[in-house]
Amino acid sequence: MKPLTTPRMDRCIGCHSCSLACARLVHKKLSWATSGIRIHSAGGLSTGFISVVCLGCDPAPCVQVCPTGAFRQRKGGGVVVRKSDCISCGACVTACPVGAIYQDGGGEVYVCLHCGRCVEFCPHGCLELTQRADLQRSLDHE
Amino acid sequence: MNERFKVFVVDLEAAQGRVETIDGRNDVAGGSGLAALLFLRYGRPEQPWDHPEQPIILAIGPLTGHFPLMSKTVCAFVSPYHDQYTESHAGGRLALALFFAGYDALVLLGRAKTLSCLSLGSQHLSLRDAGFMEGMNVAGTGKLIRRMFPKSSGHRSIIRIGPAGEIGSAMACINVDSYRHFGRLGGGAVFGVKNLKGLVVCGDAQRPVPPGKEYAGLFKEVHRQVCSTDMMRKYYHLGTAANLRGLNDIQALPWNNLQKTADPGIEGVTGEIFADRTLLRNGACSGCPVGCIHLGFFRDRFKEDARYLYHQVPYDYEPIFAAGTMLGVTDCFDVLRILEDFERVGLDAMSAGVALAWATEATQRGLLSEKQTIVRLSFGDAGAYQQAAHHLGLGSNEFYRLLGGGTRKAAAEYGGDDFACVLGQEMAGYATGPLFFTAQSLGFRHSHLDTGAYSREQQDPAKDVTTAVDFLLADEPYRALLTSMTACLFARSVYQSEQLVKCLDSVGYRELAASIEPVAERIRALRWQVRIATGFCAEEITIPKRFYDVTTWQGPVDGEYFDRLREAYGRRIMEFALPEAAPL
Repeated sequence: MKPLTTPRMDRCIGCHSCSLACARLVHKKLSWATSGIRIHSAGGLSTGFISVVCLGCDPAPCVQVCPTGAFRQRKGGGVVVRKSDCISCGACVTACPVGAIYQDGGGEVYVCLHCGRCVEFCPHGCLELTQRADLQRSLDHE
Repeated sequence: MNERFKVFVVDLEAAQGRVETIDGRNDVAGGSGLAALLFLRYGRPEQPWDHPEQPIILAIGPLTGHFPLMSKTVCAFVSPYHDQYTESHAGGRLALALFFAGYDALVLLGRAKTLSCLSLGSQHLSLRDAGFMEGMNVAGTGKLIRRMFPKSSGHRSIIRIGPAGEIGSAMACINVDSYRHFGRLGGGAVFGVKNLKGLVVCGDAQRPVPPGKEYAGLFKEVHRQVCSTDMMRKYYHLGTAANLRGLNDIQALPWNNLQKTADPGIEGVTGEIFADRTLLRNGACSGCPVGCIHLGFFRDRFKEDARYLYHQVPYDYEPIFAAGTMLGVTDCFDVLRILEDFERVGLDAMSAGVALAWATEATQRGLLSEKQTIVRLSFGDAGAYQQAAHHLGLGSNEFYRLLGGGTRKAAAEYGGDDFACVLGQEMAGYATGPLFFTAQSLGFRHSHLDTGAYSREQQDPAKDVTTAVDFLLADEPYRALLTSMTACLFARSVYQSEQLVKCLDSVGYRELAASIEPVAERIRALRWQVRIATGFCAEEITIPKRFYDVTTWQGPVDGEYFDRLREAYGRRIMEFALPEAAPL
C-alpha cells in the first residue's frame, strides 16, 4: 500500500487545499487543523511552507504507545485508526516525533491515513502516493 | 443552517468582548451587506472618523470556507480620507481565520489605553500592550507579533499597521499576512486611532461539513473549473501585470502624473519583464488554489565586498502603475524598491505613488521645493521616491502630513489642483476615458472594481450617456453580491449568478439562494444609504482639469460628454438616499 509523500513542497503556494480537502472529505469537517496533513509557514510567509504529515514509520511510535489498540500498524507504513477504540488519551500525539498527530479541543485525534484523497486538490503536484523506493525515480523523471 | 450572524464585538478600552447573534442573513447575505448592517447598529454616522466609538468592522460571507476563492474579508470603517463610510477588501488568511474561529464578523469599538495588539480565536481574547512597537515598520511588527502570540502558528492571520497608521495618515493601509492589504482610504489610520498596532485571528476551531452529496460534488466541480481550465490563467501566469503593455499600447496607461498615456519606457516594466527578471515565487490566499500572488525580489549590495540583502515584494498591475509608470520609473527592480519602502511604513501603494507623482509635477512647476519635499523629486529618480516614501509614511514635516491626508488637500495649500490625479481618491491606473473617470470618482469605494467601467470603455467607447449610466448601475449589484459572498472578484467568471445559487443551496442557505437578485439590489442600496448618511454628496465630487486635458486612445476627452455623464450618474446614485424623515 503506497503511503502519502510530499516530495515537492518547494512548489507549495500555501493555499491549504490539501488540508481543507482532508478535513472535508475524510473527517467531515471544515477546518485547517482537523486534517491528516497540515500546512504551516516555515517561519513567516516569506520563507515558504512545510507540510506536517505522518511519515509512515514502521514500526510506528504512536502504535507502540497506544493503550487501547486504536492505532494499529499499517502495511507499508503509517497507521490504521479505529476511532471507536480511542479514549483520547493523547499518548500518540506526544509519541509522534514529527508532531503529525493533531488533537482537537474535544480530544479527538487526527492523523494521515495515507488514503490520498488530498492529492488531487493540490494545484502544483506537491503531494504523491508513492512507495519510498519509487520516490527517487519519480523525482528523477521531473 | 443557522441563519443568524455570529458577531464578536470587542471593546478595546475595556479589553472585553461579547458574542452577539444578529438576524439578517437572508436580507444582506454577509460581507459588504453585513458590514453595512453592522455599521447601522454600531456606527456613529454623525461623528467623525476618529471618534473612539466609531467601529472598524471585519466581515466574511456565507460561502467563506466552503468554496475555493471565497477568500476575501470586507473591512468597513469611516474613512479619514473623506470622513464617510467606506469599505476596503483583502485576501490572505483572514477570511478563513475568522470562519474557523467561528465568527461571521468582528466589530472593534473604543480605543485601547496604550498601543496594543489584540489576539482572538474561538476560545480566547487577549489584548496586550505593544508600546515597544511604536513607530515600528510593518515587517518588524509582524515578526514580533509572531513571537508574542506563538499559538496557532500557520493557522491564523496577522494584520498590522506601520508608522503611517500610527500618525493617522489617510493613505495608511492595514497589512494582511505580509502580502495582502486593506489598502485604500486609510483603514490603517483607524487602527492607529484605536491604538491597535496588530490583530491576530486564530482559526482554531472547526465547522461541520454541509450534509448530503450535493456540496461535495459541487466543490469538486468548482475546483476543477478553477484549476483545470484556462479561466484563471491570466491571474496566475503573468498576473494582472500582464495588462501594463496592453494599456500602454492603447494609450490608456498613466505616466508621469498623467502627463501622457503611453511611453516607450514600458519595455522595462511589462508583466513579462517582471516575471522573467524578478518573479521569485507565487503565493495564495488560504482556500484559493489559483495562487495569483506574485512575489518579486530585489537584492542590494550593502558592502563593497560581496555582501547582499534581499527583499520579497508582492507586485500587481496597480502597484507597478503607482510606483512605476506614474513616477516615470522604468526599471522593474526600482519599482520593487519603492514598493518595499511604501510597505515598510504602511502606506497604500496606489495612493502614495499618485500623491508623489503630483508632488513631482508641482516641483517641476515651481510650486514646491525641497523646503517641502526634503528630497528633490523628479520623474524617474527612484532613490528620491524611496526617501519620499519614508517622509510621507512618517509625516516628516507639515507638507508630508498634509499630503498624507490626500493630494488635493496639499494642492489646496500649495496650488496645483488642476493636475492632482484624484478621482474621489488617488486615481487607479486606467486612463481609458470619461466612463472610467466617472465610475471611479463616484463609485462606492472609488475603486476600479466598483464597476467594470475600465473594461467596458475599452470594448464600447460609444458616447451615449443613458446607455453608459445604465451599464454602471446594472453592473454594481452583482459585484456588491459577490463582495457580500466575499468572493475574490477574480472569480467572477466562475461564480456567475447561477453558480452562486447552487453553492448557497448546497450549504443550506436555500432562502438566500432563492432571492439573490433582490438581495443584491438591497445590499447596493443599503451601502449607498449608509455612505450618504455619513456625508456623501455626488455634487460635491469635482474633477481636476488634468482629466479633461488628457489624450487617451479615444483622442482628447470630450468634456461636455464627461460632465453630462457625471451629472447623470451622480443623480442616479443620490436616488438611493432615504427621505430625510426616514431613519436608517
